Amino acid sequence: MTGIKTHHILKIKIMDNTELSLIREFAPQLKINSKLGQAWIIILITGFIIGLFGLYWQIHKGHVVTGMRDYVVWGVYIVNFIFFMGLSYAGALIAGSLHLMKTAWSKPIMRMAEILTVVSLMIGPLFIILCIGRLDRLYYLFIFGRIQSPITWDVIAITTDLIGCIIFLYLALIPDMAILRDSDEFKDNSWRKKLYRILALGYQDTPEFNKILNRSKNIMAAIIIAIAIIVYSVLAWIFSVTLQPGWHSAIFGPYFVIAAVYSGTGVLIIVMWLYRKIYHLEAYITKEHFVKVGVLLLILAAFFGYFTFSEYLTKWYGSEKNDSFLIDRLFSDYFWMFIISNYAGVIIPLVIIGFPNLRTINSITFAAIICVIALWFNRYLIVVPTLETPFLPIQDSRPEFLNYSSTWVEWSTTLGGTALFCLLFTLASKFVPIIEVYGNKAKNGIPKSDNPIT
Amino acid sequence: MARKNKKSKNSRRNFLNSSMLLGTSALLLPEVMSSCKKPDDKVKVLTQEGKLVEVNKDEITHCHGASREESREGIPNRKFVMVIDLSKCRNARKCVDLCQEAHHLLPGQEFIRVYLMQRSEKSAPYWFPKPCFHCNNPLCASVCPVGATYKRSDGIVLVDNERCIGCKFCMTGCPYNARIFIWEKLEVGHDEENEKIEYSPETGIPHREGTVAKCDFCPDMIRQKKLPHCVTACPMGVIYFGDINEDSVTNGEETVSFSELIKNNDGYRYLETLGTDPSVYYLPATARLFPFEQGLENKDEEIIDRYKNAPYFKNKNNG
Repeated sequence: MTGIKTHHILKIKIMDNTELSLIREFAPQLKINSKLGQAWIIILITGFIIGLFGLYWQIHKGHVVTGMRDYVVWGVYIVNFIFFMGLSYAGALIAGSLHLMKTAWSKPIMRMAEILTVVSLMIGPLFIILCIGRLDRLYYLFIFGRIQSPITWDVIAITTDLIGCIIFLYLALIPDMAILRDSDEFKDNSWRKKLYRILALGYQDTPEFNKILNRSKNIMAAIIIAIAIIVYSVLAWIFSVTLQPGWHSAIFGPYFVIAAVYSGTGVLIIVMWLYRKIYHLEAYITKEHFVKVGVLLLILAAFFGYFTFSEYLTKWYGSEKNDSFLIDRLFSDYFWMFIISNYAGVIIPLVIIGFPNLRTINSITFAAIICVIALWFNRYLIVVPTLETPFLPIQDSRPEFLNYSSTWVEWSTTLGGTALFCLLFTLASKFVPIIEVYGNKAKNGIPKSDNPIT
Repeated sequence: MARKNKKSKNSRRNFLNSSMLLGTSALLLPEVMSSCKKPDDKVKVLTQEGKLVEVNKDEITHCHGASREESREGIPNRKFVMVIDLSKCRNARKCVDLCQEAHHLLPGQEFIRVYLMQRSEKSAPYWFPKPCFHCNNPLCASVCPVGATYKRSDGIVLVDNERCIGCKFCMTGCPYNARIFIWEKLEVGHDEENEKIEYSPETGIPHREGTVAKCDFCPDMIRQKKLPHCVTACPMGVIYFGDINEDSVTNGEETVSFSELIKNNDGYRYLETLGTDPSVYYLPATARLFPFEQGLENKDEEIIDRYKNAPYFKNKNNG
């Protein structure tokens, strides 16, 4: 008994005083003890169950219960797929590049970006699975896989990316796991403590350990940046390798990458705002963070607008017949969606963040919300109107095949997926502090607020 | 087939059993195949119970297609081609009907569709039957992640619905929308008797929910030395089918040289610029035999409705 105790004391001594106070501050956040927190979890589980029911219904009745038909064969599911994958790549690019650039200010938001990457990368593929007609044959992708098919590229790329991002997140988590293992916030025999002990891999805050860890993190950061670009380009190629008028475009790869980082940065800002409010992290996540990530959002908004403009300008100006069918459609049936996604989604963030006087934490978050909504619609406009205007304008088909309108099944599974996304994010932030504790000794890292959170 | 069998349930059962045997028993196949050729003949086949029964020859419109493995190969030394003479088409829709019947499709599931085309406002409208083009550079087969759709040596592109995972990538890959998806669980191909038919990609029957299906150039008919259903159904002889290696095509009434037909009538392929290299050729709708309006006469409201978005009516309304 005494042996264990001495061991324990020794460990605590290894920890810096700042870290000790930080872990004391953050530990309550790891417990789901507030009424609000419990209600949130229950709401998310309910949402997820609704989604499961939608999935059951779709399997039970067949895909006929969705709004997808012979022309518009892909609908909201693919839109969600692109959307969630986009969030993930953004997380990877932001976390990876900020890590490599060793920016000091980004420390408090790094973990959010890393968790965002992994969680959305788990959710995204679920939506493409919903789109598969024969789920019972999904394993054919592996036993009969053809490397010539972009779907196979996607399977390989997403799997690689998921593994890479999990490793990167895990490497970043190790020192904090060790701190949690060594702290006395949790009982020695609790499951958490046991798990932290296993996952910390015997890490000690010594120069040798840190050297290995840092080198690994650098390598993984570089790798996930490269993979993220490749994966999102592969996703774009699923569309652009086909001959469809709205998809057969050479800029789709880079366009998708930019759009992905843009929407992901938007979600990161929203996540920062939420955790700052709920966990009272005002001392760690300051206006400076919002402005800096906001400026990144601004640059991406400009790029996104530029790509969107180039894409549609060339289609419209050349007015090839099939392209002009599509453009006509976008500016008639989809007018408001087009305005929201490709005008409001660019101009509002540009104006709000472009003028320093307009920058507040709330206004930047508002711009981010607009960006996220706009980008969801942007994907919808890429997928659905294109399928509605094929080379041979639709004729001699049932009238209900002409236009796509999503059904409750698609929305309930969307709700379920989104709820699962929030749930996994919440649970991740309940397992490890949402702000990296290790090395958080920077000048403003010491808590200014003296209110212990309960 | 389905129509004929409605007359007598027993003979249908026998027929179905016999066709099962055809699929499974390689020994019987040559005998029946040769019997198929003789008109007004009775065919002897073994039932599932082991009885030898006689079936009217004309009840066997479906000698069964090859097995899944065989159907990947294609018929040796053949290269099939189709020529559609647009000047003769008046949207009689017999091709659509018989195709649906033979392939156990429901109304609204079409392997062949008839479009009302008009190239520009000033040009004349015409009817345009559109089957699968069985491209020689098929994007649908390229993008398939599991090899469920494939190009054979005889030029036919088939779908193996026991391999298909239903990702629908081929449907977006096909620039001609030739493919349909089996959305519903309960459709004709799924009734009890159809379940008994041994599946062959050459017939596509029975259909499977959650998979893709499309026009298959009726290789089961070709194996019986018969023409695809759309060719035989057409009262106008619009559709010619044949072998490019033999340089001959036929619409069932006349057999002509493929190259001569194309040369003399300025045959073309639809959307040639896409580089898909289709196996279906069109003869332009010059010197039309019927005014296009005939195509809408005596048609159901539902059918007429299908053309309300056609360029011709749009142009007419705008003008």
